[in-house]
Amino acid sequence: MSKSSSIFRIAGILTLVAGLLAAPTLVQALEDKLVVVTSFPKDLTGAFKAAFEKNHPGVKVEMLKKKTTAGVKYLQETASNNTSDMFWASAPDAFEVLKSDGLLQKYQLKATGIPDMIGAYPINDPDGYYKGFAGAGYGIMWNERYIKAKKLPAPKEWSDLVKPVYHGHVGMSAPSRSGTTHLTVETLLQGEGWEKGWSMWKEIAGNFNTVTERSFGVPDGVNSGQFGLGVVIDFFGLSSQASGFPVQFVYPTVTTLVPANIGIVANAPHPEAAGAFIEFLMSQQGQELLLDPKIRRLPVRPDIYRNAPAGFPNPFKDKSIGAAVKFDVVKSKNRYNLVNSLFDVMITYRLDDLRAATKAIQDAESALSGKSNAEAQKLIAEAKALVGAVPIDEAMGLNKDFAGIFKKKRKKATDKVTGRQAEVEAEWDNMVKANYAKAKALADKAISML
Amino acid sequence: MGRLAPRHDRHPLLPERSALSNFARTSPGPAVVAVLLALFLLVFLVIPVAKVIFVAFQDPNTGALTLVNFADFFNTSLFRESFFNSLYVALMSVLVGSVIAMPLAYFTTRFNFHGAVLIQTLGVIPLIMPPFVGAVAMQLLFGANGSINLLLDDWFGINIPFMEGLNGVILVESIHYFPFILINLSAALNNIDRSMEESAQNLGANGLRLFRRIVFPLAMPGYVAGASLVFLKVFDDLGTPLLLNVNNMLAPQAYLRITSIGISDPMGYVISVILVLFSLFALWTSFLAMRGKDYATVQKGGGGLMKRDLRIWEKVGAYAVVIFTLLVVLSPHIGLTLLSFGTIWSFSVLPDGFTLANYQEIIGTTSEYITNTMLYAGLAALIDVIFGIAIAYLVWRTKLVGRKWLDYLATGALAIPGVVLGIGYLRTFYEFEVPFIGQPLASWWVIIVVALAIRRLPYALRACVAALQQVAVALEEAAENLGATKYRTVKRVVVPLMSGGIIAGFVTSFATAAVELSATIMLVSAESDAPLSYGIYVFMQSAAGRGPGAALGMIAVIIVGVATYLSHRVIERGKRERALDAALAGGV
Repeated sequence: MSKSSSIFRIAGILTLVAGLLAAPTLVQALEDKLVVVTSFPKDLTGAFKAAFEKNHPGVKVEMLKKKTTAGVKYLQETASNNTSDMFWASAPDAFEVLKSDGLLQKYQLKATGIPDMIGAYPINDPDGYYKGFAGAGYGIMWNERYIKAKKLPAPKEWSDLVKPVYHGHVGMSAPSRSGTTHLTVETLLQGEGWEKGWSMWKEIAGNFNTVTERSFGVPDGVNSGQFGLGVVIDFFGLSSQASGFPVQFVYPTVTTLVPANIGIVANAPHPEAAGAFIEFLMSQQGQELLLDPKIRRLPVRPDIYRNAPAGFPNPFKDKSIGAAVKFDVVKSKNRYNLVNSLFDVMITYRLDDLRAATKAIQDAESALSGKSNAEAQKLIAEAKALVGAVPIDEAMGLNKDFAGIFKKKRKKATDKVTGRQAEVEAEWDNMVKANYAKAKALADKAISML
Repeated sequence: MGRLAPRHDRHPLLPERSALSNFARTSPGPAVVAVLLALFLLVFLVIPVAKVIFVAFQDPNTGALTLVNFADFFNTSLFRESFFNSLYVALMSVLVGSVIAMPLAYFTTRFNFHGAVLIQTLGVIPLIMPPFVGAVAMQLLFGANGSINLLLDDWFGINIPFMEGLNGVILVESIHYFPFILINLSAALNNIDRSMEESAQNLGANGLRLFRRIVFPLAMPGYVAGASLVFLKVFDDLGTPLLLNVNNMLAPQAYLRITSIGISDPMGYVISVILVLFSLFALWTSFLAMRGKDYATVQKGGGGLMKRDLRIWEKVGAYAVVIFTLLVVLSPHIGLTLLSFGTIWSFSVLPDGFTLANYQEIIGTTSEYITNTMLYAGLAALIDVIFGIAIAYLVWRTKLVGRKWLDYLATGALAIPGVVLGIGYLRTFYEFEVPFIGQPLASWWVIIVVALAIRRLPYALRACVAALQQVAVALEEAAENLGATKYRTVKRVVVPLMSGGIIAGFVTSFATAAVELSATIMLVSAESDAPLSYGIYVFMQSAAGRGPGAALGMIAVIIVGVATYLSHRVIERGKRERALDAALAGGV
């Protein structure tokens, strides 16, 4: 019965909206409804929905929760008959995709007092299609009970994660699965350089317990104690802590701060309400909500940090957070799919082989320590080089024709690409698998000599 | 009493000579039903899926038709490996699942066993693994640092990797899907003519020999239905490998490629096509295994199988086996219960404390979720059962051309990833406005019901096929000889005799539809239309939402549990009434 009444309600609203759109609107009153497609958890959306509806009685906010990628797909598939007003999610890349598909509309922000940059990243889209409302940066979280029971030291830097002591204790999501994980991978590649960055990722991945299928799987695993350490975005760590889990979070030196964003969908049925929502989000009141223990995101208004709890990171004051890497968005965008694919081929799908090779190398190194054996040392170095090897160099990764193989779609029927993604990946896979096996054999040989 | 009625003389499964088939050949009724069913499947399964999946046959560079992507599949060692892993896991899960299901089914149907209905109900619960929270609960119990391993480490200094790699997948899949075998096998066991057993006993067979030579072979259609469902479901299953982060199996490869590389990546669909083809091949093999044998028994409904009393020590042993099995298979739900009442549960044997706060948190939001879930899953299961009966009847009782394709088509739905169906629906039905509702069909709540019905139809269908195979054609012929119309025969003879299998189909479809997420999440277009599984998803996006999410999961489990228990009570009562009627008739 509530079902049928809701149908009539929706039908009524739809006819009303159709009427409003048909007649030229004279008054700038807000519409009675706002549909927001969002990837954010209920703790965040619920707080903003309640506060906004209180400020604007008469506007009913509908939060439609979809995973970022599913949200993008939903907006693409429903564009012909669009019913959504806003897209509200973390990853700037998702907004870039929508922007290039012409699915966003520009909005001129009225609120003032928001700086241009957070860390080394511009807060708002320079073209004006989407706005950053909170900062987020990647770091390491760990479970205190876990590291105490397993007698592990607390990590500080990315480079700590390659230490043998953490073998089998680290968890992370894959860049192809989560836009924010992609940013972390890319940050290290840009910060450390292509070759060194990849070899570092593979050394860290050699210590992985698992690669989770969704980004929230990482804090979930650390909170449960399924694995001890996780590579996560800051609010996952901070909000887990605030929810009572025995966990800690730290920003390593090489990290980047990126804004979480909001934008208005092209042909939004309720544009006025959508504009009001953005203004609310950027207002003093809206920004303060971000400090809620269940939300814990970095506000983009510097003055809000006055009210923050002790120990809350302040990127506008503590310039070391997110300042080490000048993030190159264009570079990242051009090789987006290629980096995802490389990570999956080299790490996600060959994790067992990678782990076995890493373990053998770590064992050989610990057997070697304190002894001098030039030949064993040479074998270990060879093994490490094999594990670290990347199938393509940076120039190839940025080569337009080659990266084009990994493009999601051919834009026009006349676009011509040679080579297929599956074909290239099969080639990489063969090389990577052989390298890992050979590295393990070399390291095992080194051990037998010690 | 005429119990020792001779077995009806052998006839093939598809009768050649009976009045029935003549009827089917001449009357347009079955053909019309078949065409309508085919149309439904075409519109809501074939077209939407084809709209997405055609890229498998398209050259990614030129857009021309090609099979090059299939060559890429077989050239990639990762995919070949994934294929064999999936096959291995599916076969092993059938084996382990059978070991779990057989004692439960045998004891509860063959003997006078207290709490049989309760056990049958509890046996269905493992099918309801709410998304996300079920996974968390299992990790907290069985994970490398879960309760059991923490205790084992404390006591003996050992750690057993229950949840690692392919063996972990087999364990979880068997626990999760063995109810398919339990339900279908129990329905079949209940359906056996007791005169068969009595004859065998009179001839001196008893104990294991009686089970091996008479009871089990007669229950074969039920077992094959259950086992083939487990095989197909595990082979195509996505949730469990993802839960354990095992990537090198086919279904996760397809899913990961479609959701991360993008909707137009051909390989994801190549894998889907291969999943569908192999599933159909497996189904066809199970048809072959059943061919040429007759499982139908004439005497039906008279209380079914004879139940015996167990001797006291036998009883103790049987209860021990049943209770141990239930403890193992229900452990994820024990974990879920703890999670929903717990405060913080992190790297410890039990939660730090217990609270009702999680249930308070969800109290305001659940009523709508519950109504929606009951409505969607109930309607979907009803559609599935009706279509299941219709398809089973058309396939096994008529000689319509191409009738088996209905079965293949409906069963093929099992291998279509939910996300593919969801996107296909958005693509196909978004432009189509529903008359009088003024809303696109793709965002109308009814589309969620249709998606669930399509995805769960194979479950109900297999159950109905198994039930129909146990009904003797002679009974229908008798009814028609006495002047009953086709419609009346189906309604008054066939459907009542199939009732056990129908309920089994309803329960499996309903239980699994109640926690479906992958297609639903693409199709939910308003919070007021969302079912429970979506609510769980929403909670399980943040650290603070774990407890409330688990509480919602518990509510899903309880709803389905109660529904299952009630439907078991209904069958039991129906059976008793029929038994009474039969006894009275026999007395006269």
